[in-house]
Amino acid sequence: MSTSVVDPYLKAPEVAGYADVSFEEKRKLFEEVKQDARYPDYLYGCYECGVCVAVCPSARFYDFSPRRIAQAAAREDVELLYQQMQEDIWECSQCFSCLRCPRGNNPGGIVTIMREVAVRHGMASAREALEGYSRIIYKIMSTGTQVSPDMLQPDAFPDWGPEVADVSEHLKLWRRALPPETLHTTSTGWDVSDRTLLELYVIWLETGVLDMIREVDEGPADPAGPVGGRLREEVSCRSRWT
Amino acid sequence: MPIPVDVILRKKERFVRDPDRVPPDFHEELDRLEEAGELVVQRIPEGVEVVEVPTKYGRPKRVPKSHLWHHKSCGQCGHIPGYSTSIFWVMRKLGYDYHDPKDQTSCTAWNYYASATSNDAAQAAVAVRNFAAAHETGYFPLIHCGTSYGHYKEVRAELLEHAELRAQVRRVLERLGKPLVLPEEIVHYSEWFYALRDEIAARQVRDFSGIAVTVHPACHYYKLVEGDAIYDPDVYGGQRTAVVTALAEALGAEVRTYSTWFDCCGFGFRHILVQRDFTRSFATLRKIEVMKEEADPDVVLTHDTGCVTTLDKSQFAAQAHDRNVGVAVMSEAQFAALAMGAHPFKVCQLHWHSANYRPLLEKMGIDWEAAWAEFQEDVERLRRGEQEYLTWEDVDA
Repeated sequence: MSTSVVDPYLKAPEVAGYADVSFEEKRKLFEEVKQDARYPDYLYGCYECGVCVAVCPSARFYDFSPRRIAQAAAREDVELLYQQMQEDIWECSQCFSCLRCPRGNNPGGIVTIMREVAVRHGMASAREALEGYSRIIYKIMSTGTQVSPDMLQPDAFPDWGPEVADVSEHLKLWRRALPPETLHTTSTGWDVSDRTLLELYVIWLETGVLDMIREVDEGPADPAGPVGGRLREEVSCRSRWT
Repeated sequence: MPIPVDVILRKKERFVRDPDRVPPDFHEELDRLEEAGELVVQRIPEGVEVVEVPTKYGRPKRVPKSHLWHHKSCGQCGHIPGYSTSIFWVMRKLGYDYHDPKDQTSCTAWNYYASATSNDAAQAAVAVRNFAAAHETGYFPLIHCGTSYGHYKEVRAELLEHAELRAQVRRVLERLGKPLVLPEEIVHYSEWFYALRDEIAARQVRDFSGIAVTVHPACHYYKLVEGDAIYDPDVYGGQRTAVVTALAEALGAEVRTYSTWFDCCGFGFRHILVQRDFTRSFATLRKIEVMKEEADPDVVLTHDTGCVTTLDKSQFAAQAHDRNVGVAVMSEAQFAALAMGAHPFKVCQLHWHSANYRPLLEKMGIDWEAAWAEFQEDVERLRRGEQEYLTWEDVDA
């Protein structure tokens, strides 16, 4: 089947798929990617040399190519970019090995922006990719640390060996056996003060991140978790968010 | 005509810096914006001893020896606490003061690179809130995590370049009653270990001359804003970052190379948590097995949270499939602490690790069974309620 319609270098809509989404809608999403202030620093064109693919870990194990990401963006191939936002971008490891590009491109950075747009619009790929992950999002938002010692449960990490069960069994004691005072916690990586959590909450609120998350996950009523009520109260006293 | 492989290899023996390709020094813009009143630059405090280290394009980078604000790492503190503990322990042993803050948050970059449920303004605000917290104390930030370090360098570049972003972040920070602060240098703990490697080696009490090491350089340390990473003409001819390797060599260990050194570890941010088949496959097939086959190390050293986790935890499942894996993994901070006589369980907390570290300890001359019994005695004291926590004094008793 031919992939060319008008421009032989652009993906034909019948090949790219997602015919139920209009070209205008796809173009709007790409325009949003391009409008990100970082975008001009991430794309300078493409020699098609493939260095980025050679160093890409995801390219070895998935049908993923940082070169196609850069090329699609450089050609402004709206259909292909939409397909990538639905099928490819969540495979990227975000290691940024592709910064080895001799042209100075940052395909990993383009992927970051494409992901942000996918999340903002609640795209199916974002919802699917983040399905098993949302607990982590709320963890970081409500506790100020990304992972916690009590996440080391043997049923969650059976492939990490029997030591995970040992840690889980002795967790409280072993945390008390850590000499740094801030590390005696089990539900956070370290002891984070309430005032600091409040400040973090204000950042999420003020930069629109809370709204963004609601697009991909209904989540708990208050993403700031157990401290949310008190934080909201304090915030309403201190600012215009009432 | 045959390909002149020897000529190409000769060129690669030493990285010669081309002055025409040196990127502009970010300090000029930093100073200009400070003068314009747009931000506050946190300087290394007067009176603090500084070591100048070389970076990729030759710009000297200033690393303070003491008075450091420890920006901790989620994964280190959460899952490999001997990593952070060793950093603190070495600093204490060398007599340098520090502050371990409670008003620090994660950089949140692990989540950002995993889920993209954030944006440039939020990420920058999180970064400068932490910098402002450090500034309030007068202690200079030292970043424990490779991803935090790389991400903060990106944030700095974005803030310096985009006035609108600066304005937006400043508005958020005003809500918090804090100024927009950037430190004069963003320093990773492994740079501190590189800078202090001779002092560390001078305090070495265990002989590491029989220890073979492979080094995994962390992607976010040297691939993000590459010009700011340490490259030393005397280490790999300046072709690779010198951190970790220079320290291991200073401690007398034999550093062996392998062909996939540039490859990432396979962490993947979201993959390590929800798509571990990828992480495991990459970590074992492209890293551990290659190291084993080409270098047969006693230990893999690295300098980032995700890399230690990935390379260590991924080996168990591969071992079940009789793959050629089974090598200890730790940070160079833990390795240095062991060299200086640290307890393998009370300080380095190796019982949180998965890959078998016991043969390595034996090679270092450490009786791990006796050491484990000592740790268990301490834990029993805690269990009986005789004391609430182990202290720094306890771990050196």
